[in-house]
Amino acid sequence: MINNLVLGIIFPNVHDDLLSEMTANRSMGSVPFGGRYRLIDFSLSNLVNAGISKVGVIAKSNYQSLMDHLSSGKPWDLDRKKGGLFILPPYGNGEARVYTGHIDALQGAMNFINNSTEQYVVMCDANVVSNFDMEAMIDSHIKTGADVTIAYKRGKLPKNHRDIMSFQFDENSRVTEILLSNKIEKDCDFSLDITIIERNMLIHLIEEASSRNQTNMVRDIFQPNVKNLKIYGWEVKNFAAVMDSTKSYVNVTEELLKNPTARKQLFTSERPVLTKTRDDMPTKYGLSCDVSDSLIADGCIIEGTVKSSVLFRGVRVSAGAIVENCIVMQDCIIGKNAHINHVTTDKNVVINEGTSMCGAPSYPVFIKKGTNV
Amino acid sequence: MKKTECVAMLLAGGQGSRLGVLTQRIAKPAVPYGGKYRIIDFPLSNCINSGIDTVGVLTQYQPLELNDYIGSGKPWDLDRSNGGVHVLPPFQRSKGADWYKGTANAIYQNITFIERYNPEYVLILSGDHIYKMDYAKMIKQHKEAGADCTIAVLEVPMEEASRFGIMNCNEDGSIYEFEEKPKKPKSNMASMGIYVFSWKKLKYYLEQDESNPKSSNDFGKNVIPSMLSASEKMQAFHFNDYWKDVGTIDSLWEANLDLLNPKIELDLQDPNWRIYSRTPSAPPQYIGKTAKVQNSLITEGCEVYGKVDFSILFENVYIEEGAQVNDSIIMPGARICSGASVQYAIVAENAIISKNAKVGERPENTSNLQKWGVSVIGAGLTIGENAEIHANVMVTQNIEAGEKL
Repeated sequence: MINNLVLGIIFPNVHDDLLSEMTANRSMGSVPFGGRYRLIDFSLSNLVNAGISKVGVIAKSNYQSLMDHLSSGKPWDLDRKKGGLFILPPYGNGEARVYTGHIDALQGAMNFINNSTEQYVVMCDANVVSNFDMEAMIDSHIKTGADVTIAYKRGKLPKNHRDIMSFQFDENSRVTEILLSNKIEKDCDFSLDITIIERNMLIHLIEEASSRNQTNMVRDIFQPNVKNLKIYGWEVKNFAAVMDSTKSYVNVTEELLKNPTARKQLFTSERPVLTKTRDDMPTKYGLSCDVSDSLIADGCIIEGTVKSSVLFRGVRVSAGAIVENCIVMQDCIIGKNAHINHVTTDKNVVINEGTSMCGAPSYPVFIKKGTNV
Repeated sequence: MKKTECVAMLLAGGQGSRLGVLTQRIAKPAVPYGGKYRIIDFPLSNCINSGIDTVGVLTQYQPLELNDYIGSGKPWDLDRSNGGVHVLPPFQRSKGADWYKGTANAIYQNITFIERYNPEYVLILSGDHIYKMDYAKMIKQHKEAGADCTIAVLEVPMEEASRFGIMNCNEDGSIYEFEEKPKKPKSNMASMGIYVFSWKKLKYYLEQDESNPKSSNDFGKNVIPSMLSASEKMQAFHFNDYWKDVGTIDSLWEANLDLLNPKIELDLQDPNWRIYSRTPSAPPQYIGKTAKVQNSLITEGCEVYGKVDFSILFENVYIEEGAQVNDSIIMPGARICSGASVQYAIVAENAIISKNAKVGERPENTSNLQKWGVSVIGAGLTIGENAEIHANVMVTQNIEAGEKL
């Protein structure tokens, strides 16, 4: 059912620097992931699957590919008269500058937030891959009477992420302490940067913070106010991951191959992950191909060997080629007898006939978009 | 209202009774094809790729799934304010109601729909062929020739010509005679059932045809012959690419496996002529460590742990470890359990082939080659453990464990 109580907001650019190679020409939200998705699909699908039908995407830079991907919002049923998808590029006036943190991003979208009528707002960062029942999280937020509810995951901290919050709770899951250290080695409860808050409270907090020239929501609002605000945690028990480096991007992808439970939880048919379709034909497996332990999207033609890899749409693996432990993005061509191992290729990369390239599990090689090797 | 040059009318009401259990609950145009398509995706995609944005789809037999599938026309960009796709079932009038009596009658009953767009031309299509065709070229030829009717024709082998409606043409491409399934064909130009009419002429002949109580209200049998005998200008439009009628189990099976034949030119990956379809949101296909896949087409949502050779798997098919699929078509959501083998068969949607069951036979293993044929398992059925289904069997109900058919 449509949930008219909640407004969705996604920050597609907010941690672009963490995946700097992949975000050279695109936003974090449009980084390809999992064979046929872009990272923003996971946030958008979580929102839409919870019945939220009005979503603002606060874009900052490099957002052409993002706009191309989101188009009118059709794939998410967000092409609507009431609500729907709103792409909010930087709003320019004399003193405007491109935002640096969540606070000025929200400040730049204040008209949109002010003119909305929903009682609550869910905010998501685009570098998180998850699929969970957000409706239950919203219900819990309303039931506990929390000011803020933040989704968290128990596990090893994503260490490259400077502003990653980890929490201490009381017995009612109320947050008693917010840590911003990335030195924690043990399992901890770290934030998935999915936050529910009342819209009016958000407006108030943002206006107050920006009047003090503060830009960082975590350091300037949540951490200092842990006693004043009722902040609650919501544990995501399903598979969820925060992308904080190219290596972690590769590791999360490997996890999907190795761990059938993770795959099942992320791609559950109860809450499908929605994305723009390309209407590729089914993937063609040739006579001499040898494929195992791999996730493969439509539109590929495979005549060579593919092992423990992810192939995005329209990839071609020629006869005699070997692709092992690789992530091969859209429309790449792996030439005859080429051999790649522990390599991540961005879109439209060509690996020429006979070429060999090898990374290591601890150091995956990344090849830039459109490179001819 | 803005003027529309050409309206397409797609005849999708046929039962396709020769497809047996596959069309028990769905109309023929809704039958799955090619791993992720339905037959109707081809004419609908051809329309939008040819620039035709107003399409009427005439439904009659088991329309529920077809209606659902077409929906608002989104997948084909036919969800439009001006034009778009319209599903047209038979309806009741103040003076009673009629089913569509024949192809021509179906169009006759929808004259009001066509008149709303006031088109110059009407394109008549059918929903049971697999082909890619630029209708704009056909309409262009129709205009340039100043024809009243243009009929798409395909060269078929002379020995097969007597199975088709044959157009006998003069050198300038004008048709002087039409013979339905002639015993001694004079040419091998077979009608593809695709017609462009100048609307004013068509309307006249539809009204004539309707007032003739002896007519069976069919384009091929009645309207085309009466236009010919009245010396209207009829032209043939030659088509040379892949075209396949999928009216029978064997031709449906063949047309699917044609996609695996490198010699057959039906490119479904052409970015300039995409075949659009309504696809479910399924994750990428997963090919497991124990899987062996050769010469097959597999689509999103599938999980394969067994052996798949020369086959087509539709979305969300699950092939367990130790299962074997050869020369077969496995439709959406079906599951082949461990130890089961499926050969030369069509397994319809959501059917389950339980452990160690055997479905279909290789032609070389069958005792009587004359009676050999593809076996078909109907939608949603379960074939019990260790059951055996021989060649050329159409299964319409659940089969108990160990049973042989």
